[in-house]
Amino acid sequence: MSTAAAAILSNRQIERSPSHTATIYLKEAKYEFLKNLRLRVYTVSVISFPLMFYVLFGLVLNAKEAIGGLGVPTYLIATYGTFGVMGASLFGSASGLAADRGLGWLQVKRASPMPPFAYFAAKIILSMIFSAIVVALLLVLGISFGGVRLPFAQMAKLIGTLVAGSLPFSAMGLAIGYFAGPNSAPATINLIYLPLSFCSGLWVPYMFLPKLVRQIALALPPYHLSQLALGVVGSGRHESAATHWEVLLAFTLICLGVARIGFQRDQGKLYG
Amino acid sequence: MIATLEEMQSGQREISGAVVASLEGVNKNYGDIRALRNVNFAVHAGQVVALLGPNGAGKTTAVKLLLGLMQPNSGKARVFGGDPTNPQNRMRTGAMLQVGRVPETLRVGEHIDLFSSYYSNPMPIAEVLAAAGLEKLRDRKFGDLSGGQRQRTLFALAICGNPDLLFLDEPTVGLDVEARRALWEEIRRLVERGKTVLLTTHYLEEADALADRIAVINQGEIIAEGTPAEIKAQTSGKRIRCITSLSLATLLQLPGVSDARQDREAVEIHAREAEPVVRALLARDASLSGLEITSAGLEEAFLALTQDNGGNVNRRN
Repeated sequence: MSTAAAAILSNRQIERSPSHTATIYLKEAKYEFLKNLRLRVYTVSVISFPLMFYVLFGLVLNAKEAIGGLGVPTYLIATYGTFGVMGASLFGSASGLAADRGLGWLQVKRASPMPPFAYFAAKIILSMIFSAIVVALLLVLGISFGGVRLPFAQMAKLIGTLVAGSLPFSAMGLAIGYFAGPNSAPATINLIYLPLSFCSGLWVPYMFLPKLVRQIALALPPYHLSQLALGVVGSGRHESAATHWEVLLAFTLICLGVARIGFQRDQGKLYG
Repeated sequence: MIATLEEMQSGQREISGAVVASLEGVNKNYGDIRALRNVNFAVHAGQVVALLGPNGAGKTTAVKLLLGLMQPNSGKARVFGGDPTNPQNRMRTGAMLQVGRVPETLRVGEHIDLFSSYYSNPMPIAEVLAAAGLEKLRDRKFGDLSGGQRQRTLFALAICGNPDLLFLDEPTVGLDVEARRALWEEIRRLVERGKTVLLTTHYLEEADALADRIAVINQGEIIAEGTPAEIKAQTSGKRIRCITSLSLATLLQLPGVSDARQDREAVEIHAREAEPVVRALLARDASLSGLEITSAGLEEAFLALTQDNGGNVNRRN
């Protein structure tokens, strides 16, 4: 017994090396990705919906038309790209978090020495990877079937912009994940995601929206991201990019603040 | 925290096993519900301590406080002399909790790989799989596992970091007899290697089989604490069962009888000693039949203790 006591109270320092911490972040992200990749509900809804809309409205119906000084197939890559990024990010962070929280799994992880931020970082990285996949697939479709011609640098910038733009929606997803129940989270997301997409001009191009909706759009984060994406491909309303980024940044900070309240509230949570 | 540890290290020569986890005067409320009331409780190094109680007694709450998953309304939860939320302490702690849903699309081996990565000195994965009896299930997705296999995977996650202190919340729920005994063996092996274990259970047999000490908890209060033998000794010692024409009121008058109740056609009498009661019974009722005498096991002790609400237990309030 005394040897056990000696062993158990030996004040051995257990500091993690930076490379060990990096390994944890990598593994957390890797398994978060694998987990969702194998989750058909996630991949199907997040990847195939934007692609289906794009094929229908961008390639089948209006391929020969032009809007905002661009061919429809090119214009819609920017808007459905924004739509796809939103979906990947909201579903990627909110529904997983809500389920993990509500059904006890997050407690198991919190009881372990996992660095808490690794969990959130994994969800953000997952959202970015799936965002990149959606946008890349849209480009492949547009180039192959819609006659989209963009210089490589512009395509890279488009993907980069949209992937960076997944952050505000990951943050929003975390905020939703902290305040929605495990089963109601997907419905809550759709309730926000679909109207937000419509009002921001992601389905019906901005200029065809009713006047009132156009005014509402100016206050919505997806509008600002889509305008940034359109700016990259040479369309949109040519407002200041800095303003769009500022709105998105402010929105991100607000959502992270809300998520933080949820995070702290959870410390005294009564589940179980 | 370091000062506290040093204090404990200097003191450990006198104490056989230093306190590695404790609740000190802890109260925890969920709204109007008082989940824990003034709970004092300690786990010593190298011991297996069982928190034994019915569902809703506060066992899980106690474990969650010790894991730093929530904070007490008053009092203190300590692990290794410090704050349970301290990452250094979490590194030396493993936990098996009751979980509603675990990510189902990850494989057993992947779950273990991820959790092992959190720790500085994890066990080799092969060893973890063997300890939890999961060798053949490494590539199976969690969603495809049976209830017992899921429990064993959660156990594997609790031990994979090679922790000094292990919290097992109802570890054998949903296991069949064989798997339960296998897990008991594994817990014993962990203790042999110097680990300390706090387990909660409502299986009396489990507490009796594994624990060095048992704390019986009911309605948020620790109502008895001691070795399994001491717990058993706290209640009336014998149970006498017979078919008799004597009334319950008469039976309760007999020497040393603490309880008598009708059980179908027979009566069941609890008494400190059997002989004086039996002598009196036979003298008064010549037609008495079906006499059985058994020792009150842990089960009787447990029932007696937990049914004792409002009696001597709560009197200290």
